[in-house]
Amino acid sequence: MSQLLLIYALVAAQVLLVLAIGCGAVRIFRGPRAQDRVLGFDTLSVNAMLLLLTFGIRSGETLYFEAALAMALFGFVGTVALAKFLLRGEVIE
Amino acid sequence: MNGIEHLPPWAAALTALLVFAGAIVTLVGSLGLLRFGTFYERVHAPTLGTTLGTVFIAAASIVCFSVLQSRPVLHEILIIGLGLVTTPIALTVLVGAARFRDTAEKSAQVRGPEGN
Repeated sequence: MSQLLLIYALVAAQVLLVLAIGCGAVRIFRGPRAQDRVLGFDTLSVNAMLLLLTFGIRSGETLYFEAALAMALFGFVGTVALAKFLLRGEVIE
Repeated sequence: MNGIEHLPPWAAALTALLVFAGAIVTLVGSLGLLRFGTFYERVHAPTLGTTLGTVFIAAASIVCFSVLQSRPVLHEILIIGLGLVTTPIALTVLVGAARFRDTAEKSAQVRGPEGN
């Protein structure tokens, strides 16, 4: 009974997180300026990282945790690199 | 050890509550990204997902794996710490770039399209 509740909650959480990823994608496509698109990318990567964590809880594997950690790191590096590009016009000075 | 079918009921209920709360908070933050009007308002909204949503879902993961393996599994704290440290840095750099672009555009408008 309680395990069934957990499975339903995980499916509902995955649906909500996919909707949140969709919000980030809409902001990437619609964003009026470049900084809006970068912000949408940042949101999308964080939400995808949370979706990977819920997949990890569902399957009971710790492998998903490492993928989520790598995704958080690369999202941060990508956002900072894009912001530096908006500021200067080049990433490495 | 394998699968959430072996969780005791209290741990399953606690994990379900934490996961659902984290997903709701993250979705509210991402909807704010769509609904706010200007960039400087919009940049506040997704931090709800990167702080509170990450803390809730990582806490659910900690509860689930600690009970399944009957030992404290704390490596999800790495993700919480990474999110809490990197989000302000990345968004501060991004807002600095947006401010630079806005001021450059405004001074170009004041000077006129042909410059000077």
